[in-house]
Amino acid sequence: MESSPPPRSATRNDPPHKGEGKKRRRVLPGLPLSLGITLFYVGLIVVLPLGALVFKAASLGPEDYWRIVSSARAVASYRVTVLSALAATAFNLVFGLALAWVLVRYSFPGKRLVDAIVDLPFALPTAVAGIALTTLFAPNGWFGSALAETGVKVAYTPLGIMVAMSFTSLPFIVRTVQPVLEDLDPTLEEAAQTLGGSDRSIFLRGILPLLMPALLAGLSLSFARSLGEFGAIIFIAGNQPMSTEITALLAFIRLEEYDYQAAAAIASVLLIAAFLMLAATNILQARALRYTARG
Amino acid sequence: MKIRLDNVVKTFDTFRAVHGVSLDIESGELLALLGPSGSGKTTILRMVAGLEFADGGHIYFGDQDATDIPVRDRGVGFVFQHYALFPHMTVAENISFGMKVSKVRRSPAEMSARVADLLRLVRLEGLGERFPTQISGGQRQRVALARALAVDPKVLLLDEPFGALDANVRRDLRRWLREIHGELGITTIFVTHDQEEALDLADRVVILNEGKIIQQGTPEEVCRNPSSAFVMKFLGDTNRLSGSVKSGVASIGGVTLDADGCPDGAAEVYARPSDLEWSRESGIPASVLRVIDRPDGRRLVARTAGGETVELDVPPETVVRAGDEGFLRIVRMKVFAA
Amino acid sequence: MPQAKRRPPRVGDSPAVRRTLIGFVLTVGALLILAPLIVIFAQAASLGLDGFARTISHPDTRHAILLTVLTALIAVPINTAFGIAAAWAITKFDFWGRRFLLVVIEIPFSISPIVAGVAYLFVYGLQGLFGPLLEAWDVKILFALPGIVLASMFVTAPFVVRELVPLMQAQGRDLEEAATSLGASGWRTFFSVTLPNIRWALLYGVVLCNARVMGEFGAVSVVSGNIRGQTNTLPLHIELLYHDYQTAGAFAAASILTVLALVTIVAKVLLERQGAGRVHRPALAAPTGKSA
Repeated sequence: MESSPPPRSATRNDPPHKGEGKKRRRVLPGLPLSLGITLFYVGLIVVLPLGALVFKAASLGPEDYWRIVSSARAVASYRVTVLSALAATAFNLVFGLALAWVLVRYSFPGKRLVDAIVDLPFALPTAVAGIALTTLFAPNGWFGSALAETGVKVAYTPLGIMVAMSFTSLPFIVRTVQPVLEDLDPTLEEAAQTLGGSDRSIFLRGILPLLMPALLAGLSLSFARSLGEFGAIIFIAGNQPMSTEITALLAFIRLEEYDYQAAAAIASVLLIAAFLMLAATNILQARALRYTARG
Repeated sequence: MKIRLDNVVKTFDTFRAVHGVSLDIESGELLALLGPSGSGKTTILRMVAGLEFADGGHIYFGDQDATDIPVRDRGVGFVFQHYALFPHMTVAENISFGMKVSKVRRSPAEMSARVADLLRLVRLEGLGERFPTQISGGQRQRVALARALAVDPKVLLLDEPFGALDANVRRDLRRWLREIHGELGITTIFVTHDQEEALDLADRVVILNEGKIIQQGTPEEVCRNPSSAFVMKFLGDTNRLSGSVKSGVASIGGVTLDADGCPDGAAEVYARPSDLEWSRESGIPASVLRVIDRPDGRRLVARTAGGETVELDVPPETVVRAGDEGFLRIVRMKVFAA
Repeated sequence: MPQAKRRPPRVGDSPAVRRTLIGFVLTVGALLILAPLIVIFAQAASLGLDGFARTISHPDTRHAILLTVLTALIAVPINTAFGIAAAWAITKFDFWGRRFLLVVIEIPFSISPIVAGVAYLFVYGLQGLFGPLLEAWDVKILFALPGIVLASMFVTAPFVVRELVPLMQAQGRDLEEAATSLGASGWRTFFSVTLPNIRWALLYGVVLCNARVMGEFGAVSVVSGNIRGQTNTLPLHIELLYHDYQTAGAFAAASILTVLALVTIVAKVLLERQGAGRVHRPALAAPTGKSA
């Protein structure tokens, strides 16, 4: 239903001191102050340091920059970081989706406790998570000793990196999927049932596509967090150059060696990766949501 | 497909939504379940679909007891009030969903031919590639109907199908649904709280209140012979006058009228605004409070000498003004024991 | 006819699927989330009460606790004030680049804390933009409290904003416009109209922000210089003890932060019951639609 807009001249009756011609008038006070504080803070705390980093990395010159970021040790660190992050994210996809599903669709004793404890990886400082996971998975730890019998080593191997990444990024997928699953219109499922769909086909064709935007958001957050994670990993990783050294640690080591240019270059790679992830997330989500756009 | 409900009961937590409802629906019939909100009409429809299980009683599809058949095997077409179209699928994908998930394999060519047929049937040719958000509410409801029809349901169930639409669109869709029903001849049950919609569309109307069937019959039967004051009031504007009955004669405000079959004692007399006439000569004494002019006539609001307010429709030429004194004449009425 | 209430099964309601999924989730959850929690307290308890008390009361540990609390006391209020100002500007006014500003504020959320630490070095370090100037004025920012506070503020910059913006956007501007039209001043409008409506979400953001500030490791470890008894926050002190082969001591210190984490989770649950944290749509994911 189209409701006819109120006559334009109605605004003429407004108090005269608020008239600002054709421009939309601002009714509420405080824009200069609040925006001023915001821009100052964001400028000082976020933009200035990142700008300084980019400036420092850029001042290297293309050849030096390329030599540092493509060195064998750096490339090995990208490899282990990206592969571990992919594995951790894949694991979280399965576990996070199952967890969200169980929390929304089923009731069982202790559900609220499970729901609350899902946030532990966010609330627990990463260093604490790091030493706890290392102690569990070390060869003499609870899990480590049990796994040793089967010949699987977790601590001080890429598998350990994956475990730490899974732990710290676990809540992302659960917490992005859970509210969408809760708000899912139950009649969609009922409609699919009346049309004869099996559970499997309704889930794959009807429910999963509707979760997709949230799932993609959770996946990319989870992956980005894994790429950048530091505290939880350095304890369990073993930190051997060329095999279990993550990129964030390499940047840190270059810093401790007072090789500031290399630190800047490698940190800039992580920064670029983060921005690419942000952009990819936005594009993927816009695609997944294309059907909500009015044509 | 003939459908029979036998003493069906449904309780939610502590609230009993349906009390032992029994109902026969003939093959090819277009039946309306009509009632106010909370009357159990939607619950009955959902039980026929298998979206709710009955706590007691049986539902038969033909001779088969369908009470425990799961929804996905029941073969019903269900149209939801808010369409329930899959937002991530195009119109064509929505319509073919049932065929895609069906155990009966169909070739893609077969499916797209069927989709094209259905789009033609619901008059949405050319909109197959749109997403549900890109079409109007009335169009969405037609897609929902096409989707339900695509799997050749034994029975078509519609839950307040036009409830979310504008008045004009509703009227068009009603006529159109009647046409489609005539064309396909599929047994159809629809739920509505709008008596005009039920009377306009249905072969037979079942009026429900508080989980029970109050009356059922053709639109003519329920309109001409309402079985209770509730039906009388629910079907349209009505005036209530108190009176009394003695030996088959009702007296209201000093006027006596024939009231065959009514028990002696206090009675309520119901008459619709069109069942009353305004007279200068004789009847129940009344004075005009207000005159309301409408495009199709003139309505008087009057008060009887007994202090009861009534509304009546008079021809637009009638010369009358607020404050006039005169008489009410009852042309038709229903008398129920008070 | 059975009297038990039966609902037609929804997708995934079959007992086999249900039991498998619940079993899977509980098993993995116990191994991956619960076990680390237990091991922390088990290790800390292995010290005995005396040993625990001795570790906690060691001057270096006490100093680390103090520094951590001090950092939070400075960083969290400033961050909160910023969060409110940013949310007010972004939700109560239309200006060019509003969405972009929100994206910039959320950047720290997707950036490695190590990158943040390194970036701060290039601002305030000797090789950085202001390094020489700061040295000339004898102002110490890096390897001192200000650096730790700044790095903490970077990593937590989005925490309060991201709770407030979706909520204040959903609430619209009507109430504030009504208050202003009745003659209330801006401050008055904020304190008596806006704040009561956002107080739980605000507290929610503050609680999460505080947990992150007190637990931050990567960024702080770059800018603090790790000077024992001087610039070691509690997480850094845990690392130090752990690498000194004082594992139990590290866990004793860790158990303090773990209790803080558990308190944070309880506070989060309680605040969620008040409706905080519910209006969450990833700010970037919101489809560009008509917004009032």
